[in-house]
Amino acid sequence: MNHDKPLGQALREQGVSRRGFLKFCATTASLMALPPSMVPAIAKALESARRPSVIWLSFQECTGCTESLTRSHAPTLEGLIFDNISLDYHHTLQAASGDAAEAAREAAMEENKGKYLLVVDGSIPLGNPGYSTIAGISNLEMLKEVAEHAAAIIAVGTCAAYGGLPHAKPNPTGAVSVEEIIKDKPIVNVPGCPPIPVVITGVLAHFLTFGKLPELDHLRRPLAFYGNNIHDRCYRRPFYDKGLFANTFDDEGARKGWCLFKLGCKGPVTYNACATIKWNDGTSFPIEAGHGCLGCSEPNFWDMGGFYNALSESTMDLSRTAAVGIAVGAAAGAASGLLNRRKKSKAEAAHETVTVKDLQREEKS
Amino acid sequence: MNSMDSSLKVEIGSYNSGNIPPLMHEIRHALRNLLDNDETTTIDLRGLPMAPGEQQQLLDILGKGEVSVQLDALGKSEITESSYAGVWLIIHYNNNKEVMGKFIEITRMPAILKTRTADMEESLAALQVKLEEV
Repeated sequence: MNHDKPLGQALREQGVSRRGFLKFCATTASLMALPPSMVPAIAKALESARRPSVIWLSFQECTGCTESLTRSHAPTLEGLIFDNISLDYHHTLQAASGDAAEAAREAAMEENKGKYLLVVDGSIPLGNPGYSTIAGISNLEMLKEVAEHAAAIIAVGTCAAYGGLPHAKPNPTGAVSVEEIIKDKPIVNVPGCPPIPVVITGVLAHFLTFGKLPELDHLRRPLAFYGNNIHDRCYRRPFYDKGLFANTFDDEGARKGWCLFKLGCKGPVTYNACATIKWNDGTSFPIEAGHGCLGCSEPNFWDMGGFYNALSESTMDLSRTAAVGIAVGAAAGAASGLLNRRKKSKAEAAHETVTVKDLQREEKS
Repeated sequence: MNSMDSSLKVEIGSYNSGNIPPLMHEIRHALRNLLDNDETTTIDLRGLPMAPGEQQQLLDILGKGEVSVQLDALGKSEITESSYAGVWLIIHYNNNKEVMGKFIEITRMPAILKTRTADMEESLAALQVKLEEV
């Protein structure tokens, strides 16, 4: 696979004009929550960006995350950037199968050692390696093998980010997230069941533009997309402030579009971009369709105490945040933790990165 | 009409979340800034919480001005100056006519309309080749 061709050149060879490219950059910049004045600088950086090799591993999942990305009508702006990464392995999408597919993965790993991006969707079962395998290789073994020489890992979907549905009580397979296994690589979580497609490509665009992963919150989610909760960005928020609520799905409040808090909306504790980016090409999102938010981008959302119970009455467990790393990593101890941090820093330092300021300086010069 | 029809009635356009007046003030400030400092401002409408029908209300308030341009790059784009000079509405569509981005740009001329230097250089070379053929 040729990774030497700059992104701008690859796009133009597909008939994308510079204005089309600028249109793409304008949408990408707004997605990355960067100031619109940065669009020319982003265009310049993306123009010369090299196509990264991406290895995509699917473990215990429903393929909903891949569907989210690929089911939008082509060609979309987010589809464009996906066409222009070098997706060297994705066992659902690739034509090759069996030994040929695994050979492609190994070749991509060898050719791009230390440089490739690893995207994971699905959780990893620790209960029995046989619960989920690819070409006879357990998910755990494959994740460790591919992660070892990855530049960074993007955990796509709530299953890869936090265990998701397979992790729901009683968690029969012993499902865990990527970050509970891999401790020495930069990881970004892109949760959602499924995540919004442009959020996934926004993270990739950020990596292409700046050479590093975006700024993350305490759950390793990109702040540009998960920095606000649904409630604060919801168009129904003013009704909450006025104390106007729907009490059933067919009462006067529901018809007038009042707040769905009493009907179990998890918007106040859910951080995601649904209220602004929306779904189905910006058409709507669950609250606009009249149903409360399920909180699908939050850890343990399935066990939050009932989708239709108001937050004020639920018994949801919001304490997971501090628990990451305890279950698997505690035994490793502080010395191992320090070593991992050093390795992680080294992995991050191995990639030439630029900041918004660098781009602005470059733009002015 | 069956019995379900009446129960499914939704009062579209009756919502008023109060988001439009602050946005109009933001546009007014941006226009002042354009006049005083020649600085362009872009407002991403997809990034703002709007109730169903509110975005159309905003567009109705802004109205249509003298200039309307259609761009054909990665799908259509409609670039329209509102009835307030210097306040432009930019809507990007993909090839399936789905809205991919909606911006209000307060500027003398939207950046996407300007011809790129690299494009002009390529055109110059192409013209020279064409002239040699003629």
